[in-house]
Amino acid sequence: MDCNSLMRNVMKMGKDEFVQVLLDSGLKGRGGAGFPTGLKWKIVKETKSDIKYVICNADEGEPGTFKDREILDKSCDKVVWGMALAAYIVGAKEGYVYLRAEYKFLTTKLRIAIDNMDNHLRSLGINFKLNIAFGSGAYICGEETALLQSMEGYRGEPTNKPPYPVNFGYLGKPTVVNNVETFVNAMIIADIGSVEYKKLGTKASQGSKLFSVSGDCCKEGVFELEMGMTLQAFVDEFGDGDTKAVQVGGASGFCVPRKEFSKTIIGYEGIPTGGSMKVFNSSRSMYNILENYLTFFEEESCGQCTPCRVGTQQLLKGVRAVKRKEKPKSYLDELLKLADTMKYASKCGLGKSVGNAFKSIIENFREEIVY
Amino acid sequence: MSNSEEFISQLADKYGRKRESLMPILQEVVDQYYYLNDERMLNIAKELDISTADVYGTASFYSFLNTTPHGKYSIKICKTIICDMKHKEDIVDAVTELLGIKPGETTHDEKFSLDYINCLGWCHKGPAMLINDECYAELTPQKVKDILLSYIKK
Repeated sequence: MDCNSLMRNVMKMGKDEFVQVLLDSGLKGRGGAGFPTGLKWKIVKETKSDIKYVICNADEGEPGTFKDREILDKSCDKVVWGMALAAYIVGAKEGYVYLRAEYKFLTTKLRIAIDNMDNHLRSLGINFKLNIAFGSGAYICGEETALLQSMEGYRGEPTNKPPYPVNFGYLGKPTVVNNVETFVNAMIIADIGSVEYKKLGTKASQGSKLFSVSGDCCKEGVFELEMGMTLQAFVDEFGDGDTKAVQVGGASGFCVPRKEFSKTIIGYEGIPTGGSMKVFNSSRSMYNILENYLTFFEEESCGQCTPCRVGTQQLLKGVRAVKRKEKPKSYLDELLKLADTMKYASKCGLGKSVGNAFKSIIENFREEIVY
Repeated sequence: MSNSEEFISQLADKYGRKRESLMPILQEVVDQYYYLNDERMLNIAKELDISTADVYGTASFYSFLNTTPHGKYSIKICKTIICDMKHKEDIVDAVTELLGIKPGETTHDEKFSLDYINCLGWCHKGPAMLINDECYAELTPQKVKDILLSYIKK
């Protein structure tokens, strides 16, 4: 992919025309939340402000997700050029890659890609300065408002939405925040166009996606798959022949049992995902898996809102108490109600999503939790 | 223990003295001194004209910004589910056997600290660990010992 030429082509095409191409392509954010990328760039483009920002969310931290690391390791140039493309379209002169501390070893590659791009941008007459901001070990900073808080020098505590970053983002300015993979997809669309892009995937989930596959598999790693496939098809290709459950979408996703594989679609019309696919065979204890997720969330909760801060603690304490027979089996139903409350009352996606894995594991594997 | 005042002043020259300068300054102080003690946090607060409580409150949120004494080499072993399934406990045991510290502890010579950490993004090649910024995956107890021996020699 000759990123420099692609940029030239987009400049010839025109900003409004390229926004339309992005909208037509149906590209949705590849971090998992799935907001239409064309719309996001359009809003920032149309917001009047002298200062705007483009930020790459490279805080990949969802358990089981490692595709952004691979992209940054092997296709860094597409990421930084995708950011420059966004900056050109929306009118931003400054950008940041928010790189998680755990990926600091990628800094040199990133800096080299940025330097190489800088030379070309100067010849193209594009004024875009790209910096790197580092995280310091907080899963919640993958949430865009927490990420912005972190960049502004505060605890990574999510803020209320609205206002959305597109209107009021970094330092209060209109900001595009997109996932690593999303920027790469924007470059792919600049290359092949929206018609070609839509040949893969389904009506609701256009294009292809990178999946991070790990666990009890016949093959593990990062794979590019068409969106909209059934979980059965996935397990047939990647499972080890004894697959009991697949966790789709990380710890904040859903645990799908064997009986649901053929009914479950991997995509925005089924289970949307940032691409984390963890495969468990019949040797695995669903109780251990659940306890591991709840411990994760209890630690990573930012703590500012009671439903999540206390809810995560209570869910963890609760399942342990049921397992140890300190509480009756029926207590699980109380905990399910709590998970529902967290879904409605939590301030951000972390608290809202804890219930996903919790409910799907309790509902499908209750006997493993109580016995 | 060297006085951090000048070092921090230079960091403020480099990153600025605004609130958004705080994170990069905290990160570089931890890189240099391995953790943030009262004196360093006070100096940062002075440079940025914010309260020390604010500096501490921000730093303490982030697991990589140590606010208690920490070793020169920070060993962080992933404990999230896939690495756990891939026997991360054997790796922890190997470190404990070689260095004599358990998770949460620092060696007497303050050279190494051992901690658990959450998903490092190497699930397909677990178990994995970080030693400072370097990442090591596909670990076995023997590999870990070899890796640590190379650090012991440093």
